[in-house]
Amino acid sequence: MSAIQTKKNVGRRDWLTQALLLGVSFCLQPLLALAKKPEALEAIQKIIGSNALNEGKVKLVLPPLIENGNLVVLKVGVDNPMTEQNYVKAIHIIAEGNPLPNVFSAYLTPRSGTANITTRVRLAESQKVWAIAQLSDGSFWQSSVQTMVTTSACTEEP
Amino acid sequence: MSKTSRTVITMPDKAKRGEIIEIRAIAQHDMETGFRYDQTGKRIPRDIIRNFTCSYGGVEVFKADFYPGVGANPMVIFTTIATESGTLQFEWTGDDGYEALNQAQITVT
Repeated sequence: MSAIQTKKNVGRRDWLTQALLLGVSFCLQPLLALAKKPEALEAIQKIIGSNALNEGKVKLVLPPLIENGNLVVLKVGVDNPMTEQNYVKAIHIIAEGNPLPNVFSAYLTPRSGTANITTRVRLAESQKVWAIAQLSDGSFWQSSVQTMVTTSACTEEP
Repeated sequence: MSKTSRTVITMPDKAKRGEIIEIRAIAQHDMETGFRYDQTGKRIPRDIIRNFTCSYGGVEVFKADFYPGVGANPMVIFTTIATESGTLQFEWTGDDGYEALNQAQITVT
């Protein structure tokens, strides 16, 4: 009788643990849900490793409505001084809806003066685009922009 | 087979010491993504510029990695501090032995 009771309790305990884990994972969800597509998440993971990704500092400018995804002017700036002790080391651009989420990586030095980059990118579909900045102290900062793309960069015939 | 293409650098030729100058670098390149198919349904192989570096007086001041997500004729605008009169060297390298080199002079007062 008591043996059955214990077994029952163990089952209950397991169930409770699992329920708790599920609850915790739901709380963590917003962190992981930063990127919609698993490839984009993987790409971000590769950049930041085990470090935390903070919101802010980065300013990403993309037109909200893009007629042609083939050439989209992308401006990214990081609000951070550029001194020997504290500077922006790298800026990465990730587009979650592109076949390859990595778009562009720029590596800066204190001699850059400012952390402002302008380039032209391709966007395959309406999607969220991320800019991730790595500072010299090892911290990571991000910002994202939701874009609407009417003509994809990948569908056109050569 | 080594190949190259036209590149254009736009930057001031004179600057005050310590001034932040803006440099605009463009390379002529199709940046074939490797995600497109031709009329026969065959995938067009990827052919892109992979790296770009800028060195100022022999010291690397800016570097960028390009992926297929960068548009054709990749353009990049960045900044650097004018430290001394000298030569800025720009280098692009890519698939299929692509290499391009450009130089610009700056006079710092």
